[in-house]
Amino acid sequence: MREFGYERATDVPGAVALRGADGGTSYLGGGTNLVDLMKSGVERPALLVDVRELPLDRVEVTEDGGLRIGATVTNSDLAVHPEVRRRYPMLAEALLAGASGQLRNMATVGGNLLQRTRCGYFADTSAPCNKRVPGSGCPAIAGEHHNHAILGASTHCVATHPSDMAVPLAALDAVVSYETVDGPGELPLADFYLPVGDTPHLETALPPGALITHVTVGPAPVAAVSHYRKVRERASYAFAIGSVAAALAVRGGVVEEVRLALGAVASRPWRARAAERALTGGPATAEAFAAAADAELAAAKPLPDNAYKVTLTRNLIVSELTRLAEESAR
Amino acid sequence: MTTTTEATRLAGAVGVAHTRVEGLDKVTGAARYAAEHHFTELAHGWMVLSTVARGRITAIDSAPVEAMPGVLAVLHHENAPHLAEASGFFGPDPTVQVLQNDRVPHVGWPVALVVAETPEQAREAAESLVVHYEQEPHDTVFRAGHPDTYTPGDDEDDSVEISKGDMEAELAASAVVVDEWYTTPEEHHNAMEPHGAIARWEDGRLEVIDTTQGAFATAQDLAALLSLDPSSVRVVSEHVGGGFGSKGLVRPHSVLAAMAATVVHRPVRVVMTRRQVFSLVGHRPATAQRMRLGAHADGRLRALDHQASSYTSRVMEYVESSAAISRVLYGADAHHTVNRVVPLDVPTPRWMRAPGEAPGSFAVESAMDELAERCGVDPVALRIRNEPAVGPVSGLPFSSRSTVACFEEGARRFGWAERDPRPAVRREGRWLLGTGVAAATYTAGVVPSTASVTAEAGGDFTVRITAADIGTGARTALVQIAADALEVPVDRIRMRIADSDFGQAMLAGGSTGTRSWAHAIVAAVAELRAVLVPGMEIPADGITVRGNSLDAVRGLAKLERHSFGAQFAEAAVDIATGEVRVRRMLGMFAAGRVVNPLTARSQLVGGMVWGLSMALHEEAHRDAASGGLVGGDLAGYHIAANADVPLIEADWVDEVDPHDPTGIKGLGEIGIVGAAAAVANAVWHATGVRHRQLPIRPDRVLAAAAERG
Repeated sequence: MREFGYERATDVPGAVALRGADGGTSYLGGGTNLVDLMKSGVERPALLVDVRELPLDRVEVTEDGGLRIGATVTNSDLAVHPEVRRRYPMLAEALLAGASGQLRNMATVGGNLLQRTRCGYFADTSAPCNKRVPGSGCPAIAGEHHNHAILGASTHCVATHPSDMAVPLAALDAVVSYETVDGPGELPLADFYLPVGDTPHLETALPPGALITHVTVGPAPVAAVSHYRKVRERASYAFAIGSVAAALAVRGGVVEEVRLALGAVASRPWRARAAERALTGGPATAEAFAAAADAELAAAKPLPDNAYKVTLTRNLIVSELTRLAEESAR
Repeated sequence: MTTTTEATRLAGAVGVAHTRVEGLDKVTGAARYAAEHHFTELAHGWMVLSTVARGRITAIDSAPVEAMPGVLAVLHHENAPHLAEASGFFGPDPTVQVLQNDRVPHVGWPVALVVAETPEQAREAAESLVVHYEQEPHDTVFRAGHPDTYTPGDDEDDSVEISKGDMEAELAASAVVVDEWYTTPEEHHNAMEPHGAIARWEDGRLEVIDTTQGAFATAQDLAALLSLDPSSVRVVSEHVGGGFGSKGLVRPHSVLAAMAATVVHRPVRVVMTRRQVFSLVGHRPATAQRMRLGAHADGRLRALDHQASSYTSRVMEYVESSAAISRVLYGADAHHTVNRVVPLDVPTPRWMRAPGEAPGSFAVESAMDELAERCGVDPVALRIRNEPAVGPVSGLPFSSRSTVACFEEGARRFGWAERDPRPAVRREGRWLLGTGVAAATYTAGVVPSTASVTAEAGGDFTVRITAADIGTGARTALVQIAADALEVPVDRIRMRIADSDFGQAMLAGGSTGTRSWAHAIVAAVAELRAVLVPGMEIPADGITVRGNSLDAVRGLAKLERHSFGAQFAEAAVDIATGEVRVRRMLGMFAAGRVVNPLTARSQLVGGMVWGLSMALHEEAHRDAASGGLVGGDLAGYHIAANADVPLIEADWVDEVDPHDPTGIKGLGEIGIVGAAAAVANAVWHATGVRHRQLPIRPDRVLAAAAERG
């Protein structure tokens, strides 16, 4: 049988030391994605460093009034955390829209950010896939791609990032803290995921061997009125085909502040900055919301079978901003 | 030792709700499924499946794999035991002629079996085996009008194409005409228990524990394939975790396990992975169906033309008989039904729950809804108006037909009378709401079968019959049937099933199981009554007689025999996102005598969930370039999740079928029939848009909404 090593780390320096910079070693969080990929042969680590018992399972309020979320906090615990529910409802809603109760009980915040695409070609070791075997090709472009990317993709890969949680985190300008053998570091979520380009197998800007320790979000009062809306092909147990995390502050009919991020459209959670720019300072009307959506989606390059995502995403943006405008006005 | 007494007639067990007799074993894990049994020296086989869609094997690098830890054998076409090209229980089955030659007919065809000491060793070795192919161009894309489409059968086979009246003349004379195409995708059963078998040689007999819907047929087929005397093969399948047709026939895993046990002289277990199940156990092929309905202004049909096509593999011809349902549901002056087929380089499709009727009902019952719309006639009234007095094609009387009662009672419970027929006028928040209806029918078949009954010395009775309980509750139903036949309480019946040594019996399939087995048990009990004399002594090993229902079944009058039903659904559609949610479903059925209301309702609700799933979710994605599936597992192939399944009510009208002594019709399949059409018709009523392509995915709802502007 295919053998692999297993070590349980008890502190962060120990975990990082065990992991080293060797590409054959992986951190194991909840294992809800990694173990599946090991079973199917997509991932073949020689050593697993289990990080679930690291003291990173706390959610703390920071001095500036934000939240510092430990990397091993489970998706379930984060979703029901009172501060998350009160101050970042879109984050709680996104977590609860993801996976199933059982998976959320296991899945960690750090692992959620690092989960791999659910592209069917990526998951099938008998198929070519540039993300899994660089240079082998991307059969999705001419094949089955009705759930693939419309923004930021390349001719080498059109896979989407599957996380719900990462979408509101992108809207919240979250910062990812990590530890390496050479010391700690930080990456804004905006820089965390690499552009696809011709290197779809390189997914994050984390240095080799880095361990995510925390995810920090700022105070963002605008997020008190926020929502996450997910559309999928069945009511549960499915990844998004379109999703929106949106926060909106309206005063006197004018958009004071808006945060908007999109899911299931790109290889990363997609911060809709063009839409935000178009909206800020303008009227909080359905027409303005639609124009902002169009501004964001002007860059979309759909394939033959996923053009519906442009319509779906546009409709979701308008629908959620309209709902938030009503709630913000209350 | 005891003596028999005249039994006192008790209140019948049939018709009374009874929990499963093996329920405790199942929920406590005591019940063992095929692959869960253990034997000393058990070895493990792992299948290697082809990765190309068409071609031949040029070389198999087995030497390095044979040297891997624990590997006992690598079987492939150059060294595997010879299989006879035998005619199986249901005719020749080339899909189990595995490892016999170098041809590769589709992605997922078994090209080798690696046998090792542990499953892990077998798997690693199997995944390390390098197979070289010479690839040939392949075609796996099904579409209406594919140039290779042909009409199967020969001149003597009148089941494929049946025609009466002048179709074009009737259509031309019709006040209203519907002429539309309907399509359904490739669908897979996905029984919860994947296929697995353990084969071993025991005292000169091949003993196989298999997951099969028919242990007797499987034993016969294995004997024929391996050129063994039928009496030297035994197959048992005591507990089966779902079948839906996928376990109706001997499958490659059992054949390979038997071959390997013969080669390595040890018990061998072969279990399919979920992905392997997607290419080796049959599936429902995609269909394209043209429906032409011509009617008088009041909706009475003048013309019904149902032209169905589906694909088959190049291994064997399987015809999905989608048009057959139109021969039962509606009469018309001109009536034409045909099932055509096109061979492709794909895995072989085969029976899947309500084969034919499931996709066929989507076409004809969607078209009937369109006819109702165009005629301005209520959809329920339209169906009642077209209710035939006799078989629309055969002219034979129905043994019983309670369609109208199903529609009327269903409409009453569903609140159909308050329905506003106009589409796209009901809104609740972001949801548009609608309701839809469809007819259901499924053939009530019976196959001669045998059973034995033993009068035990202690006063109990043991019934032995090669029935299978694939999760349906069949074992419990047979206890009830035997209790009534013997006129004793159910706790005096010991039911032994699913062992080929018990003799020939129909498999659990085609909604024929319970009826066929009931006939056999009744026949055996009649034999026992002829032997037992009140007051006689029962010896310690009991008195055993065998019964055969051959004469009883042959004596049945030739009639149109079917179950019927009416399906109602309410759907909510968000046309801004394409989401469709079914809010409630009601199925009213007429299925003759219902043996166990508890498990019968479960069967019907299960079928309706399948219909909902077919309407909204199920669809295998086949990659044209590779010829293989994309996402061929339960992550990629969506079935309805719990959150998709709303309140579902299934019930039946009282129906006495006087033309069958058991009065049973069967209800394993009818729950799915018409359900997808009812949902699709509800989506039309909600949105004003017809969905003629299943499943009704969000992208298709969005595209349809965009087309309407």
